[in-house]
Amino acid sequence: MATAHARSSGRRSRRRPDDVAGLGRTGAGTFLVPALALIGLFLIFPALWTIYLGMTDYRLTGLAAADPQFIGLENYRQVLADAEFWRSLRLTLIFVLGSGVLGQTLLGFCVAWSLRRLPRLAKGLIETLVLAAWVVPTSVGSFLWLALLDRHEGTLNWLLDTPGTAWLIEYPMASIIIFNIWVGTAFSMLLFSSALGAVPPSQLESSRMAGASTWQQLRDVVIPNIRGHILTNTLLITLWTFNTFTPYLLTAGGPNGASEILPVYIYRTAIPGGQLGVGAAISLLMLLINLVIALVYMRIGREKKT
Amino acid sequence: MSRKKALGAVASAAIASLTLAACSGGDGDGGGGDGGTLTIVANAIAGGKNEAEATWINEWVIPQFEQAMADEGQDVTVTFEAQGVDDEDYKTKIALDLQSGGGADIIGIDGIWVGEFAEAGYIAPLADVGGDAVTDWDGWEQIPDAVQNGLSFEDQLYGVPQGADGRVLYYNKELFAQAGLPEDWHPASWQDILDAGHALQSIDGVIPIQLNAGTAMGEATTMQGLLPMLVGTGAEVYTDGQWIGATDQLRQVLDLYRTIYVDEQLGDPILQQEADGRDSSFAQFADGQIGILLEGDYFWRSVIDPNDGTAPMDDRDEVVGYTLIPAETPGSGINGQDFVSMSGGTGRVLNPNSDNPELAWELLAFMNSEEAFDARAEYGGLNISPRTDVNEELLEGNEMLTFVSDEVLPITAYRPGLAAYPEVSVALQEATAAVVSGTSVDDALASYSQAVAGIVGEENVNNG
Repeated sequence: MATAHARSSGRRSRRRPDDVAGLGRTGAGTFLVPALALIGLFLIFPALWTIYLGMTDYRLTGLAAADPQFIGLENYRQVLADAEFWRSLRLTLIFVLGSGVLGQTLLGFCVAWSLRRLPRLAKGLIETLVLAAWVVPTSVGSFLWLALLDRHEGTLNWLLDTPGTAWLIEYPMASIIIFNIWVGTAFSMLLFSSALGAVPPSQLESSRMAGASTWQQLRDVVIPNIRGHILTNTLLITLWTFNTFTPYLLTAGGPNGASEILPVYIYRTAIPGGQLGVGAAISLLMLLINLVIALVYMRIGREKKT
Repeated sequence: MSRKKALGAVASAAIASLTLAACSGGDGDGGGGDGGTLTIVANAIAGGKNEAEATWINEWVIPQFEQAMADEGQDVTVTFEAQGVDDEDYKTKIALDLQSGGGADIIGIDGIWVGEFAEAGYIAPLADVGGDAVTDWDGWEQIPDAVQNGLSFEDQLYGVPQGADGRVLYYNKELFAQAGLPEDWHPASWQDILDAGHALQSIDGVIPIQLNAGTAMGEATTMQGLLPMLVGTGAEVYTDGQWIGATDQLRQVLDLYRTIYVDEQLGDPILQQEADGRDSSFAQFADGQIGILLEGDYFWRSVIDPNDGTAPMDDRDEVVGYTLIPAETPGSGINGQDFVSMSGGTGRVLNPNSDNPELAWELLAFMNSEEAFDARAEYGGLNISPRTDVNEELLEGNEMLTFVSDEVLPITAYRPGLAAYPEVSVALQEATAAVVSGTSVDDALASYSQAVAGIVGEENVNNG
């Protein structure tokens, strides 16, 4: 990837003059300094610090808090040998796939697609409702869901006439997946609404006149036109879902770790568990997974352009 | 060029202010100068957890102390940083405060955290922080050594203890009457508890026994569940330099969990897994839906207290009974005891980062004066105080505290004040979680033994 990037930027600099704005090397550098300083202070330094912490036995309390020792890759060895980590990673992938890629993207698209012909008023109403889930602070939203799913006086048990069903205990993953779809669908809906607006009506008209079914219109006209949007949307949602901590507010990773996605696993290891060094090591692993995801999407994006 | 410079200046000013904002966490740093500012933090909050303590600090300690200082010509401002969260969250909060070099001047802590906080250098021996005034304080002669041990680590005293507590079995007399059980109940063995549970099973919608289990309840599982049962088998979590491993005694305790939650369904396994299961258990007991509950005197004072409990019971004194926790069989407890209990205690420490350590000590001493405890008693919900002179008056007429002081404290046991304890405790919680959710006792015991070896080293585990 790195060489491909270098090649393409090299090509660009050959085509363009070196200094369009006429700032000179120093001038341009001066403009960059504040931004670089901020990035260095708040991104690069913490990242390097995480790498360092991940190679120590640093803890929140006890002797190792006062005098952390450098232990090399021991934390990584421990984490990679820990069945809990692999379970957590598996749960995270299910969570991302179920609530992010399939849930939010598909549902968001369906809502946007079915809304496009509705009268303005109805459309506005539905959009507001979906958006409300996105606008409500997640802490408030999670309280609403706790009330909905409560075992003793929950609304859902009342509606379904299933008294005493502990949804968060019996179906922890399904609960947080549906919760996260509820929270995040608005973003996909908005993005796809505007994307669908940009599909040339003439193309849709012609395809209809040629007798294309809805499915054929979608496949041959709409999706090729909004491919970039789909890609951006899926990338953003994958990363957001991968890193979200909100499900903790519903299940706290429980019962017995059955909904312990990676961010929750890191939190429980590092903060209540006190193992800051191990937490940093897992964070770095998570960062690497994030990078891989981003690179894969970028590669797909580039292939599409060429 | 000048525009460029201006931009650069704005940008660097922005960075500077961001950096400053990041550095000054603003956690109760004292003001300095004559008099000064002091902050108290405790897991107590008006309208929530330990409400009486919070009210006492706000309404009595702060105004009285500020007035006393003003009389001496010092302008002192005291603020109270109220918290009302689970103990584990509170511990995390103050550990992070102390780690970052901030935190309140006076910090309420659980005695069991002293070891790990002291090893981390977050807290220091009391006399090192507060100066000579600490050693000279006349209050020490009122606080017995055994109580002082509660806030000591490696023979150094780190704070002022706030007294001792004890664990008992609570039971609902109305449910007992319905099930044909005696209102004056004195179980003599685990079997007696299980028998009562079976009788209670006949009442619809009632959970016969709540014995805390699982990781969601945190230390409450260890302290109000596993450990009181363990001492009933004659074993302790730490003896002769070794931590308990897969021994017969621990197996008996896990068998008991299995009997209650899996085999005979005398308890509610789901409640043990819920994120706020402990608060739920309180609410259900107060609602008359739980027959027997193992809890500390805290439960009586601060949870079901009719006035300022978090799950108040108006008819607490008539409906709720309490009795000693029996050993597995008579005489099988530690030291050959028939009955057992576990005790812990809280306390307050001075923050070594305090800007006004001597003034902070004055406030801490003031909070532990006889008059302060007398005032504290007025607000209700007081536990057995650390001071002998106060207890002489306090216990008179308080049946529950007298029971704890006379019957429970003489037979009680304590957790080891070692830095490794909290981790071993989590491993024990995980073992109960596994059993309650259906894992076999053998498997749970094996993974526990492995976990504890990973924490303290194979050679320090007693696998019987």
